[in-house]
Amino acid sequence: MKRTFSTLSVAMLAILVLMMAGRARSLSAATPAEVAVKIDNFVFSPNTVTIAAGSTVRWTNHDDIPHNVVSDDKSFKSKVLDTDEVFTYTFTKPGTYSYFCGLHPKMTGKIVVQ
Amino acid sequence: MDDKLKKDEILHDHNHDGIDRRGFLKCMAWAGTGAFCVMQGGVLKSYSLSRLAEFKDKPMKGDFSFVQISDSHMGFSKPANPDVVATLKAAVDKINALPTAPSFILHTGDITHLSKPEEFDNVDQILKSANAKEVFYVPGEHDMVGEGEGKQYLERYGKGTQGSGWYSFDQKGVHFIGLVNVLNLKAGGLGSLGQEQLEWMEKDVKHLSKSTPIVVFAHIPLWSVYPEWGWGTDDSAQALSYLKRFGSVTVLNGHIHQTMQKVEGNITFHTAASTAFPQPKPGTAPSPGPMTVPAEQLRSLLGVCDVNYVQGQHALAVVDSTLE
Repeated sequence: MKRTFSTLSVAMLAILVLMMAGRARSLSAATPAEVAVKIDNFVFSPNTVTIAAGSTVRWTNHDDIPHNVVSDDKSFKSKVLDTDEVFTYTFTKPGTYSYFCGLHPKMTGKIVVQ
Repeated sequence: MDDKLKKDEILHDHNHDGIDRRGFLKCMAWAGTGAFCVMQGGVLKSYSLSRLAEFKDKPMKGDFSFVQISDSHMGFSKPANPDVVATLKAAVDKINALPTAPSFILHTGDITHLSKPEEFDNVDQILKSANAKEVFYVPGEHDMVGEGEGKQYLERYGKGTQGSGWYSFDQKGVHFIGLVNVLNLKAGGLGSLGQEQLEWMEKDVKHLSKSTPIVVFAHIPLWSVYPEWGWGTDDSAQALSYLKRFGSVTVLNGHIHQTMQKVEGNITFHTAASTAFPQPKPGTAPSPGPMTVPAEQLRSLLGVCDVNYVQGQHALAVVDSTLE
């Protein structure tokens, strides 16, 4: 009985450690990376992106009409992007950055930097 | 011929304000197939476009006429129209074929596709071959994307304007107001006129007599056509409130690349077709982008708009015609 109990507790501890490790992995998105946002049919997708500080976001315009990327707080603004043109921006400071298309302001998106 | 004219008359003036609303609605339905409506002596009459020539010597010819074109998007070259130069030239041919040469052309914006100098130059060049003495512009959002937000546009067409390019002028007793609603747009918003421009406009019309016909022209529609696609202006209600007391107000817009009309009290709203490419009807596609159609159909979805003013008449006669 005692042995079963200690095996059980070791097992539970192991599971707990694994769970915590798993959670830590998804919470920190630890390594800075490059994330792609598509502009298609007047929509930024994915609409909300969560990244680690130091990561770069790469917007590509797939529409037959130009768009641009303008942050609400004016911290970044792309030149106008024709079809297949790209804008990248590296986010060094944590925070939530809402942005929109200056030509078609109904198009909005969000970058969450952790 | 007089009998035939009588048959086309629509005589319903229920509101006793000289506006035959049912007649207007019938005209709206016909407009897409080429009809024109004339207000004569307070009565609205509609005729098919093929009979336009009959009015050469009639009062309908008016004291003057002008043409509205829009959305030439010079520089665009995608499947929806690989040759916007050709279709703009076809629009000029259409203008030059009108029974009466227009006094001027109103271009309601998106002159260029990417605000490039050569794009502005091309449109200017092509419009020089139109039989019109001058061209008045207002910018679209595509004309404000270069360096310095509107620098290219204002360098060319900013003379005599204020702020981001708004202005007014008078012709034959009609007061024309060119507004700019494509700058300083807010996230999630629609077109925007802004406080400075609204204050200017209020002062601009303050001392005009209420019998002065008013024509307002701006790129994005000044009424709520389809907000989901950004087809409207956030603060247009305030602008229109300054025009409430006038007997005849015509609002001419572009941006949506299709013709649309609406009558509200003394205001007639009208949007022009593009000379470059069509866009889908509200809600009929995932987005308002360029709509590709079979090549032989393209020109039937592009067009120009002829506007006739007859002194003393209530409303301006607004006639859309397609390129083919």
